[in-house]
Amino acid sequence: MYTPYPESMMESVRKVEATREARMAAEPRRLTAEEKDNLLKEFHPDYREEAFEEIKVGPNKGQKANKELVHLLHSNSRLLNSKTNLGNPDYDVDVLVIGGGGAGASCAIEAHNAGADVMIVTKLRIGDANTMMAEGGIQAADKENDSPVQHYLDAFGGGHFAAKPELVKRLVMEAPDAIKWLNELGVEFDKEEDGRMITTHGGGTSRKRMHAAKDYSGAEIMRTLRDEVLNRQIPVVEFTSAVELIKDDKGQVAGAVLLNMETGDYSVARAKTVVLATGGAGRMHYQGFPTSNHYGATADGLIMGYRAGARLLYQDSIQYHPTGAVYPSQLLGALVTEKVRSLGAQLVNAEGEAYIHPLETRDVNASGVIRECQEGRGVEVPGGQKGVWLDTPMIEMIGGEGTIEARIPAMFRMYMKYGIDMRKVPILIYPTLHYQNGGVEIEADGFTKAIPNLLVAGEAVGGIHGRNRLMGNSLLDIIVFGRNAGKAAAAKAKDITLGTMTLEHIEKYAEELAAANATEEGVSPLLLPKYARHESAVE
Amino acid sequence: MEKMVNVYFFGKKYSVPADLTIMTAMEYAGYTLKRGCGCRHGFCGACATIYRIKGKNELKTCLACQTQVEEGMYVASIPFFPTDKRTYDISEIKPDQRIMMELYPEIYSCIGCNACTKACTQDLNVMQYIAYAQRGEFEKCAEESFDCVGCGCCSVRCPAGISHPMVGLLARRLTGKYIAPKAEHLEKRVEEIHSGAYDEMIEQIMQKPITEMQELYNNREIEE
Repeated sequence: MYTPYPESMMESVRKVEATREARMAAEPRRLTAEEKDNLLKEFHPDYREEAFEEIKVGPNKGQKANKELVHLLHSNSRLLNSKTNLGNPDYDVDVLVIGGGGAGASCAIEAHNAGADVMIVTKLRIGDANTMMAEGGIQAADKENDSPVQHYLDAFGGGHFAAKPELVKRLVMEAPDAIKWLNELGVEFDKEEDGRMITTHGGGTSRKRMHAAKDYSGAEIMRTLRDEVLNRQIPVVEFTSAVELIKDDKGQVAGAVLLNMETGDYSVARAKTVVLATGGAGRMHYQGFPTSNHYGATADGLIMGYRAGARLLYQDSIQYHPTGAVYPSQLLGALVTEKVRSLGAQLVNAEGEAYIHPLETRDVNASGVIRECQEGRGVEVPGGQKGVWLDTPMIEMIGGEGTIEARIPAMFRMYMKYGIDMRKVPILIYPTLHYQNGGVEIEADGFTKAIPNLLVAGEAVGGIHGRNRLMGNSLLDIIVFGRNAGKAAAAKAKDITLGTMTLEHIEKYAEELAAANATEEGVSPLLLPKYARHESAVE
Repeated sequence: MEKMVNVYFFGKKYSVPADLTIMTAMEYAGYTLKRGCGCRHGFCGACATIYRIKGKNELKTCLACQTQVEEGMYVASIPFFPTDKRTYDISEIKPDQRIMMELYPEIYSCIGCNACTKACTQDLNVMQYIAYAQRGEFEKCAEESFDCVGCGCCSVRCPAGISHPMVGLLARRLTGKYIAPKAEHLEKRVEEIHSGAYDEMIEQIMQKPITEMQELYNNREIEE
């Protein structure tokens, strides 16, 4: 017999195998609205009060966020008292895009299209972003039995009716156009022979509208966008992090102070409009969770935007993806795409029971996994971590032999590197910190309300997905809102006359922190997590 | 006690837990990574790494985030490799054999040594996809190169100076844009939206009170 797991885990695998045939015959029922609410309240990490703290200053004063984020919001700028010379900017552009992921790249392409002088700064390389790692797909209501209105209902309901309607409207109404735009840039979507898009369900979708490029959907989109940015010769300043927004004496943003990540040297970029496209926050490891995010996901845009006066929305709402890898330990936190469930794999506990429908929304399924583990129906791995099974052999039984290699090659490869053949045995999963549902609040046109020429796009935005995002709506949002931000920033730049540049707002922020007796040690934004053993707080 | 192995980062010896990846072992050793670290989950190609096991002469290539440490591993990460991307206007070029000749003529200097394939961290048949590109078989080149993460290990080892990831990328963009058949339902939906077919319905649903939305959502029909 094939035994890639230790005997303690194989015992449970045999239980999973014993019930497989019966489970194949009966789909687990969907939970009622009330059952879902109760499950969330009892087990979702967003409801763990002790993990949250109150924000003491700024536009969201009195509201809560995860402690790790509050710590950064209560820290001061690394430029406080630094006497940065803003007089001779090293760069002077119309549109400054901070962040080189999918939103930043889409934004830059559209700003360039509109004739603006646009520049990208990014703290790692262009494409080192969560976009690159998105596996499952991108939603758009483009099939005959579907409509943008149906997509609206799924997204708004899945987000617990908390999203901003005008943002959801843009998301769903511009989705088919986003797919068309990507396709015309050369993104290879999975298609039937006659050109019809192959689409599947995601958790919480009522129609099969998940478009994919195998399980490299985000990578395929990101490498195409990056190639397009380079073809257009849009300047990309890599290994250079924005560390603070610069404002002018009229209260507008006027650029950013940049830090060369390798030399430690500072420089100044002046810009008529600035787009924060800094992405997510997985590397903050809220509540000690592992993460599926890239190395630089440290909420920088939220910190810089907040210090400059922009309001946050749903900063306390985080998405824990139900299926992060637990075993082997080298893969801890790595994303196991939802597409594995779209293709038919069930969530199964240690006893071999399919205890929940595999395509409930992510927050519900994550809560379900946590419940099973807390109540003793999880599988323990050497080292003490717990998880439940994702019954991958079902995929080949449903879709036929070869389905796994053809449709989810990245997942197959990832596990085979450690000798685990997911065609033959289930894989063990536990929730992983995946997405920042909240972020900087924007209006429908992409601008922040507080600062007339500051825009935000992508995962740094709060309000598009309410309090829970559906699979496939993030790749969609970075394209829709990235493109819009690029167009809007380019147009707005024509009307902006900048005044004298200043960093006074960071001094004012420091004073507010001091007055609230809230100043914490250290500086923010974080830029990179502290993983070197001698620096790490965890070890 | 935790099992440890000896590894050599840039020639310097460190004792690290045996279950770490090269990347986490470097952090265990005290490195704060800037170059050579991106998504940390095998998708971005930032952590191209070259290594040799003490006592063996074969040079191996890998992604540091996807490879477990081994006893006697001599490791050098590749912070940057000057792959040569040529620029073009995707809407101007056409998917014919000439375009490869124009943009990446060095692919025709391939000597068939297969070092690229041996170096691939994704186990792709790199030399084969270059052969497809030479023959203008872009669809096949796209399929064969699809899982490329652009780490550049192939190019590092190539005696002909080919930038393989860039060739694959061009083939995929040509295939996606020009060769794969159009999705008619997509074109149709985009037109419908632009003509205003959904404007009224979307405004209506946006105006509905939450209780009505809850009712609609909880009772919506789910496609089988």
